[in-house]
Amino acid sequence: MTIVQPDWISGLLGGLMIGLAGAIFLLGNGRIMGASGILGRVLDRSETQPMVENIVFLLALVLAPIVFSQWFATGPTHLSDNWLVIISAGLLVGIGTRLANGCTSGHGVCGISRLSPRGIVSTFLYITAGGATIALLRHIWGLI
Amino acid sequence: MRIVFALISGALFGIGLCVSGMTNTLKVQGWLDIFGAWDPTLAFVMGGAILPMAVAWRMLKNQSPQPAIAQTTSSTALFDRQFVIGSVLFGAGWGIAGLCPGPAIASLGFGGIGGVVFLLAMAAGMLITPRIKARLTAAAPI
Repeated sequence: MTIVQPDWISGLLGGLMIGLAGAIFLLGNGRIMGASGILGRVLDRSETQPMVENIVFLLALVLAPIVFSQWFATGPTHLSDNWLVIISAGLLVGIGTRLANGCTSGHGVCGISRLSPRGIVSTFLYITAGGATIALLRHIWGLI
Repeated sequence: MRIVFALISGALFGIGLCVSGMTNTLKVQGWLDIFGAWDPTLAFVMGGAILPMAVAWRMLKNQSPQPAIAQTTSSTALFDRQFVIGSVLFGAGWGIAGLCPGPAIASLGFGGIGGVVFLLAMAAGMLITPRIKARLTAAAPI
C-alpha cells in the first residue's frame, strides 16, 4: 500500500490555487490563463487584449512568490548549473510553446478542463516528449 | 476591475506554483522520469488545477450573453505541423531543465542567475518563433 506523501497534498493544494487563478482570469477577464501566451504576445507585440492586464499579471506572477517566500519556505529550484542545459532548454521551451500556442497552463490546465482536443493532444505530446528526453539524456546517455 | 482580476490571478498562480512544488525542477523531472524514481506529484497538481477550471468553464456556459471566449469552441482546432512540432519541442525542453513557462516566471525572484538565463533564452525563443512559423507554413502548406 502506498502511503500518501505530504508533497501530494501540497501539490493538490497548490493545484487548486492555480486552477482558482485560471478561473478568476477566465470569468473576470474572459481570457485563458496561459503563461507562454501572455508572455509571448507581450514580447512579439501580437497582443489583442489590453496590454496593461498582461503586465500586471506577469508582475504579480514574479512578485507574489517573493513576498510569499518571506513567510513560507520556498525551496530552491534545483535548476541545472550547466549553461548548455539551461540555454538549450529555455530556447526549446520558448519556441515550442509559441509554435504549439500553449504550455502546461494554457493547453494543460485551461485546455483539458474544457475538454479541448488541442489541449489534450498537446499535453499528451509534451509529456511523452519530456519523458523520452529524460529517458534518453539520463538513462541512456547519462548526460543530465 | 479587469486589472484587479489580473493582479489576483497572477499572484495566486505564482503562489500556487510555489506551494505545489512545481518551481522545483527535480519534482517536474521526477514526474517525467518513469524509468527512475518516479514522482506522481504533478498529477495531483494538474488534477487540483483542473477542478476549479472545469467549474469555471461550466459557469461561463451558463452566462448570457455568451462571452467571446466561450464561443471560440475547440471544434475549429487544428492539429497542424507547427502544433505537433511545437508540443514536442516544448516537451523536450521541459524534460531537459524541468521548467515550463509559468514556473520559470514565478521563480524569477528566487531562482538565481540560472533562472534568469533560462527566462532570457525562453524569451529569445519566443521572439524568433514568428520567423520559424513563417518558414514552416511557407515550406509545406497543410
